Amino acid sequence: MLSKEIIESHGFTDDEFERILKILGREPQIVELGIFSVMWSEHCSYKSSRIHLRKFPTKGDRVLQGPGENAGVIDLGDGLAAVFKMESHNHPSFIEPYQGAATGVGGILRDIFTMGARPVAILNSLRFGDIKLPRNRYLFSGVVSGIAGYGNCIGVPTVGGEIYFDEIYNNNILVNVFALGIVRKDMIFKGVASGVGNPVIYVGSKTGRDGIHGATMASDVFDETSEAKRPTVQVGDPFTEKLLLEACLEVMNKGLIIGIQDMGAAGLTSSSCEMAGRAGTGIDIHIDRTPVREAAMTPYEVMLSESQERMLIVTDPAKEKDVMDIFHKWDLDAVVIGEVTDTKKIRVINRGEIVADIPVESLTDEAPLYERSIAPPPYLEILHDLDMENLPVPPDLNNVLLTLLSSPNISSREWVFRQYDHMVRTDTVVMPGSDAAVIRIKGTNKGIAMTADCNSRYCFSDPHAGGAIAVAEAARNIVCAGGEPVGLTDCLNFGNPERPEIMWQFQQAIEGISAVCRKFNIPVISGNVSFYNETNDISIYPTPIIGMAGLIEDISRCMTHYFKKDGDIVILLGRNIEELGMSEYLREIHHKVRGVPPFLDLDLEKKVQELCLYGIRQCIIKSAHDTSEGGLAVALAECCIQAENKKNTGAVIELSDDIRVDALLFGETQSRIIITVSPERVKELEGVAVSMGTPVTVIGKVGGEKLVIRHKSAAVIDMSVDHMADAWRKAIPGYLGEEQ
Amino acid sequence: MKFAIIVFPGSNCDHDCYNIVKHVFGRPASFVWHKEIDLSQFDAVILPGGFSYGDYLRSGAIARLSPIMTAVREFAGRGGLVLGICNGFQILLEAGLLPGVMLRNKSLKFICKDVYLRVDNINTPFTLKYFENQVVKMPIAHAEGNYYVDSDTYSQLRKNNQIIFRYSGHNGEVDDDVNPNGSIGNVAGVCNDKGNVLGMMPHPERCGEKILGGTDGYTLFESIVYYVEKMKHK
Repeated sequence: MLSKEIIESHGFTDDEFERILKILGREPQIVELGIFSVMWSEHCSYKSSRIHLRKFPTKGDRVLQGPGENAGVIDLGDGLAAVFKMESHNHPSFIEPYQGAATGVGGILRDIFTMGARPVAILNSLRFGDIKLPRNRYLFSGVVSGIAGYGNCIGVPTVGGEIYFDEIYNNNILVNVFALGIVRKDMIFKGVASGVGNPVIYVGSKTGRDGIHGATMASDVFDETSEAKRPTVQVGDPFTEKLLLEACLEVMNKGLIIGIQDMGAAGLTSSSCEMAGRAGTGIDIHIDRTPVREAAMTPYEVMLSESQERMLIVTDPAKEKDVMDIFHKWDLDAVVIGEVTDTKKIRVINRGEIVADIPVESLTDEAPLYERSIAPPPYLEILHDLDMENLPVPPDLNNVLLTLLSSPNISSREWVFRQYDHMVRTDTVVMPGSDAAVIRIKGTNKGIAMTADCNSRYCFSDPHAGGAIAVAEAARNIVCAGGEPVGLTDCLNFGNPERPEIMWQFQQAIEGISAVCRKFNIPVISGNVSFYNETNDISIYPTPIIGMAGLIEDISRCMTHYFKKDGDIVILLGRNIEELGMSEYLREIHHKVRGVPPFLDLDLEKKVQELCLYGIRQCIIKSAHDTSEGGLAVALAECCIQAENKKNTGAVIELSDDIRVDALLFGETQSRIIITVSPERVKELEGVAVSMGTPVTVIGKVGGEKLVIRHKSAAVIDMSVDHMADAWRKAIPGYLGEEQ
Repeated sequence: MKFAIIVFPGSNCDHDCYNIVKHVFGRPASFVWHKEIDLSQFDAVILPGGFSYGDYLRSGAIARLSPIMTAVREFAGRGGLVLGICNGFQILLEAGLLPGVMLRNKSLKFICKDVYLRVDNINTPFTLKYFENQVVKMPIAHAEGNYYVDSDTYSQLRKNNQIIFRYSGHNGEVDDDVNPNGSIGNVAGVCNDKGNVLGMMPHPERCGEKILGGTDGYTLFESIVYYVEKMKHK
């Protein structure tokens, strides 16, 4: 008989426990209770989100695998496919930043190579609290070291990403990792346990006591006691993962396996249940055969451990020995711990005694599903009210630009990406720092552009608009690199889903994302939901991160944002509008978080992107940069500041728009791209713009050593680019007390 | 000529070295698993970068005990060309095939970026296609590249022209400002006294194609190929 405390400590509601009694027709044993607990956790079951996630458009000509597998797959042509996904490791990274972030990288990489793909690139999206607080600096440095420690060791380049600081993340940081792999289309593997009687093989690291109930921990809010949850954080071993990667790809290339799944959240439990669930079979696990790191581990601990670098493989009995030989060559454990059955049950057997016997479907497809109540939050009306008339225009706009360039959210990320090996594999063509990272695909003429984007302040004010802008901006970044968006993955980070206003944010964001996906024909092929990002009743801003991949048919025509040559003409695609709501300028300069996000005109967005992509493919455009946080002035400054070791470029810009100057310079109006072209090709570009119906304006010329911006003939910005570059580069090391 | 690329558990620049040899230079290359013991059919051996044995204990400290290292030592002893890049350099140090040790970077951080190097000795099989004191750009990517030897050994290295590459500015100036990791004398690469074993922290295999933003590493492989195919047997 299980005590009330034990049942409660597993996080079940009364209804859920009743449901278990009904499924089993008896009291659960302790191992069964543990299995239900993790499989029905929010983290594994998506019980609050599943209903809403169905709204995403997931189909498309290039989609080879949509959501539901370890990762999504997009057809790249030439018999090749891209496998990608994004995942969160927020809760563990807050408790233990280095290992939390490291194992976040390890987990997403396994999702990619489980599909048969070799991982070729990593991006990450990070959110931290106020960088001026010591604890946040510790978390920031720890997470960056953890990502570096794991990614560098395993030899997959970290090629880009984004980082924002805001006090709303003081007690709930976000660590989202995107990974992409390349696979031959005919060599894609799936997590299925098919073929009754086939052996189930455990490979990889031994099982330890780390990470027990990690999935449950990630499905709860934080409070003062969260520090005590450190033992639920897993410890990563990138060296073993490297061996596992090579061994898995070797058995796959030799056609030796039927199904494979990594042991991520909820470890052996979820991998066995999901593999059996997808194949409509059952699995018997002889738990006492599992390789363990510590003596006297109980079946409960072994089933729930989230020790890293482990995989479950189903193969043909005739190929079992060959599989074993390859894993042993790589000095990895490989043990047959069970077999596929026709029982449709997951049975756990410890020294002949059955310690768990549960119908698989009750843990997967038939896990609880909630339609949580939804209500808009009460704060919106006050938040949306921005009194522009009483907002003074600062007298010294040079100083404003300098402040923005050295602000935590806009300044250079070199301190971060210099710690990441972003060149290993010799595929990185556009390095971190441009709008999107670009890698080549060896043996072809093609490349892939990748980006991760989300402005969570916009989402806080209007999650529908914020979600839509995240997709539009991601697509714009891909286009600025010369890519055509082909698919996206998401990582939806929200507060506590039991609160109606959080579910409202969630629902709105999904609708906003879906609307743009449909308009641009970009399918959602994989994703992840992280709820319960809440501490002491304070929720994070809704943060639906969009990870997007784009195809570049001719890698020689990929693009960067840097101004290239003196005399080139600077042209703005799109229009300037008087908007300042929820902008970085408003927050940094006026210390206000108010207003509505910029207006997104999807037709205009589409026309701007079409012209940009056309111009890059026709070699008319020589640089392309999207304007985002900090607006036009910051974007122009970023175009002028060249990569380290290269001489900066100046520009003279003339603007005549009839809007207030701070909004013109720093407003974050969407659907704008700054491009440059040689003087002799301006007419050609303008001609194409007219035929496409895309608004374009010649706004200036590259040259000199200063960035000069004139508004109606008056110089409003006039500053040395070297000076701006210096402030921009030294900001993050400065905040961390590491002056360079 | 035929290249061997040694694969230790945890090597991760092995494919990159293979790519430049095989696809950029069109020369045969083979991956050689660290448990093998024979290198007799090869003309040059590359110990690639990465994290052999996860850099556990100390970079290169476990890999030096791999069975293949006996063959590498014999191969070098017969005058064969051995190139250790990054972790490969660290393994050569641990194996005693090159003098010195590697400390953690002065910043205590992993550093990945392009740096300038001055080629201080072009009279080696690895550098004969560079010109005297040429300044080249190559990426580094390491956490333990802070090369150290005692002052006697350092003088010896200088006297014998064993210092092949030094971190420099883009005009070839060698000083603390352009030293990324704290290496003694800005040393980025050294060879043995016979000149047939080179260890270097920068990655020439990462800058051998225009599309990757630089081709200064191409020249190093070009030198090796030229030496083996045109000079060695004459």
